[in-house]
Amino acid sequence: MKQFLLTAKLDIVESLRARWFQIYTLVFGGIVALLFVFGLTESRVLGFIGLSRLLVTYIQLTMAILPIFVLITTVRSLAGDREAGVFEYLLSLPVSLGAWFWGKIVGRYVVVFAPVFLAMLGAVIWGSISDIEIPWSMFGYYTALLAVMAMCFLGIGMLISVVARTTDMAQGAAFLVWLVLLLFLDLILLGVMIQGRVDPEIAVTLALANPLQVFRTAALAMFDPQLIVLGPSAYVILDLFGATGFRIFALAYPAALGLGAAFVGYRIFRRGDLL
Amino acid sequence: MIQFKNLVKTFKRARVLDGIDLNIGLGERVALIGSNGAGKTTLIRCLLGEYAFDGVVEIDGIDPRKNRTAVLGRIGFVPQLPPPLKMPVGQLIEFSAALCATDPARIVAIARQLGLDVEAIRARQFVRLSGGMKQKLLIAIALGRDAKVLVMDEPAANLDPEARKIFFDLLAERLNDATMIISSHRLDEVSSLVNRVVEMDMGKVVLDDTVADDAGLTDTLACRIVLKRFEPAFAKALDGWKLAADAERLVWHGQIAGPDRLRFLGILSRYTALVSDFSLAEN
Repeated sequence: MKQFLLTAKLDIVESLRARWFQIYTLVFGGIVALLFVFGLTESRVLGFIGLSRLLVTYIQLTMAILPIFVLITTVRSLAGDREAGVFEYLLSLPVSLGAWFWGKIVGRYVVVFAPVFLAMLGAVIWGSISDIEIPWSMFGYYTALLAVMAMCFLGIGMLISVVARTTDMAQGAAFLVWLVLLLFLDLILLGVMIQGRVDPEIAVTLALANPLQVFRTAALAMFDPQLIVLGPSAYVILDLFGATGFRIFALAYPAALGLGAAFVGYRIFRRGDLL
Repeated sequence: MIQFKNLVKTFKRARVLDGIDLNIGLGERVALIGSNGAGKTTLIRCLLGEYAFDGVVEIDGIDPRKNRTAVLGRIGFVPQLPPPLKMPVGQLIEFSAALCATDPARIVAIARQLGLDVEAIRARQFVRLSGGMKQKLLIAIALGRDAKVLVMDEPAANLDPEARKIFFDLLAERLNDATMIISSHRLDEVSSLVNRVVEMDMGKVVLDDTVADDAGLTDTLACRIVLKRFEPAFAKALDGWKLAADAERLVWHGQIAGPDRLRFLGILSRYTALVSDFSLAEN
């Protein structure tokens, strides 16, 4: 436990001093600041006003930025550390591989999740001060959604870092994973469906295997419970899960995916060369 | 104490270690030499449990892959290239001390002996220290605990003569209770530190011999040099070795650490034409 906590703390301190973290924090803090500056709390879209509108926009932007940011920074710093000799030295100290690997994940998770959450929390605090009504249930669910989103892509990032032997390979693989998930979000699926070669139900199931799509749908469901904007896909999703069921699925599936990827990464890490 | 039995390490199709058989006993000081690609670093990484391998690697009968913490708790390691750690010096000391179950004050004390004032650089990032400071700190971390095995990759390369002298003294204190493996490209860099030489080439041990050297790690030699004329570059080099000069800066004298004499003679050889008289006598 001591080794685990020491490793987690070490990763947090190393990350806090890294440039990527400063940019990362600036990006998410900046998004919230800009949304306030542009008066989003005063605008009204689809009946949403005030902080709900801001949170909806924030979660949509976060979904676009967070996955690629987490993937790239995780694989860059881990593969980079391995190449630069950081692992050679630190793994020569008496620390168990389990404590090292999971300590790194937890440490990294804290620095990945904290800025996105704190930015949102900052918006809520500001909203409270400015007497704007706070949609607490939305805030709570979006917080959980951000937490599992970070977990999902951190786990995938750790797996890529373990498997790829160089920083370039790791970065390329991370980008490819993100691109594939992005393409399966709409473009490829729509193409496939238009060609009529795949049942819509299979296409929707495939889409729901994509964590990006799950987050997107779950975020939409917060202000569009019938998922009207999704069109016919909504029938499949709501028939399959129901509204509450889908909300739970949207948290459980990506979390399981991230933890599963991390666990596979750990097994590979433990069995092979550490450097 | 340390046993390598038919150790084989293959990267893709390249056999980097090709059936290494080696036994190293307690108190032995082994120079691991060989050119680039000979397999020295790979052998050390297998010993540290950082590579998977075929064959047997054991320290006191324990496998470093299966019992990492038990094995690494006995090893102090100094890498050739200091890692680019962003953490502050203070945290590195605390982190290492906590993992190695030692008192951070021991590490700080050894660093001070080597001429590194930890308090002055405690908040500075490790990566921002000079090469010599990094090396001193890593040596202090390796020696600041009860390691039974010291694995060092060219440990004295970045140290000034004074720090090297103290480093040799510190190693001498551990002669009876530690085994040392010192890796280097060149034997003359480490010959004075060791009593056994293992040369590697193409992943095999091609030489395993003892070193006969009467000079101990703590011995010092009285040195006297008389120059024909003053030469600023040579004077600067001698200043670095803490030799004192007369008023005209033509007669120099001082003490040279026994294990450092080859290195000193190497420097002297560059200025042979300036030297009119020279002596190096055992104290």
